[in-house]
Amino acid sequence: MAWDRNQMAERAAQELEDGFYVNLGIGIPTLVANYIPEGVDVTLQSENGMLGMGPFPTEDAVDPDLINAGKQTITELDRTSYFSSADSFAMIRGGHINLSILGAMEVAENGDLANWMIPGKLVKGMGGAMDLVAGVQRVVVVMDHANKKGESKLLKACTLPLTGAGVVDRVITGLGVFDVVDGGLKVVELAPDVTLDDVKAVTEANLVS
Amino acid sequence: MGKVYQSADEALEGVLFDGMLIASGGFGLCGIPENLIAGIKKAGTKNLTIASNNAGIDGFGLGLLLEDRQVDKMISSYVGENDLFMQQYLAGDLEIEFNPQGTLAERMRAGGAGIPGFYTKTGVGTAVAEGKEHKEFDGKTYILEHGIKADIAIVKAWKGDTQGNLVFRKTAQNFNPMAAMCGKITIAEVEELVEPHELDGDTIDTPSVFVQRIFKGDHEKRIEQRTTRAA
Repeated sequence: MAWDRNQMAERAAQELEDGFYVNLGIGIPTLVANYIPEGVDVTLQSENGMLGMGPFPTEDAVDPDLINAGKQTITELDRTSYFSSADSFAMIRGGHINLSILGAMEVAENGDLANWMIPGKLVKGMGGAMDLVAGVQRVVVVMDHANKKGESKLLKACTLPLTGAGVVDRVITGLGVFDVVDGGLKVVELAPDVTLDDVKAVTEANLVS
Repeated sequence: MGKVYQSADEALEGVLFDGMLIASGGFGLCGIPENLIAGIKKAGTKNLTIASNNAGIDGFGLGLLLEDRQVDKMISSYVGENDLFMQQYLAGDLEIEFNPQGTLAERMRAGGAGIPGFYTKTGVGTAVAEGKEHKEFDGKTYILEHGIKADIAIVKAWKGDTQGNLVFRKTAQNFNPMAAMCGKITIAEVEELVEPHELDGDTIDTPSVFVQRIFKGDHEKRIEQRTTRAA
């Protein structure tokens, strides 16, 4: 049985280590915050200028001056610090953030990542994604393994414009966990009752066992 | 030689001209200079290039300047919240130069710091790197990005004093300090305008030298994505 969105987030949360500073992207990566393992203390960075992001506020605690990078209202913690966008991206580009978990449209077997534009469709911009994948120590992608037509999103080469070249370390899909290694994607783990043949059937990228 | 003005209109007097480059602080609708944006709309200045992380929403923030086609070009990292923006963009009436968010912040900071260019890994191997100088440092490839110097910068702070010292609040800081640095003339609107002794010198985010004009504004502080949990 393939993992659903929440199970993918739960699996991605296993990537968190005690003491990590982590940036979570929009979508499934945001759900990772719900599954931080017991005894693991992580500090969440929000690239609009906040370290130590708390949960969503209760209605009476909404503050227009306190939002996350998805522009949602958020709360602070005892440890929270605020800073400018330049300092925020100094953390990101300077390699001070331990882990970035983000979504993707395509990942290639060489670690190329595409998640910001589809030619001919509306382009909204890359936001902080290019900085995150270029600068953060470890990049983990959480994404669907295939599109709605059943076509692989793990490819030999990305067809969409890149967000970063050779930047992905690990990919978590509904079917399993894959590391970018020499020669392709190494199967690290399979979701319960998913076989290697199931994965091969929907994977274009070269699989290394 | 006072820096204090009474309103956005007064603070914008004599600094606006068609075809100018304006840098703006703000992230989404958080920490945007709402009064100055409204003042620029009222002034009707045309053919603007605006460096700002986002482009506001329909009817608020920088979105207001699109209503009368005042903007020719945006330098931004993400503009997805604005339908009018998208219409003008798809019709070819509005140019957009997408910058990675960290690159945009650093371009403003560098421009204000007298640094004409800097090298970064961000965007290497992507469309962002096309046409830019590539250089290797310690075996890794970087691209050259240029600092931004704006004709004016418009910023919003929580508190400011009559000297122009600014203090920001929570995530409303965002791009404001960098925008303030890169403006040839920087205009700040604040929620509270106080006397110099009322701000603690240890807590000032943007020192007065970066601010040429300051006034107290009225701030709606609209929320873009009100997200709550049960009490």
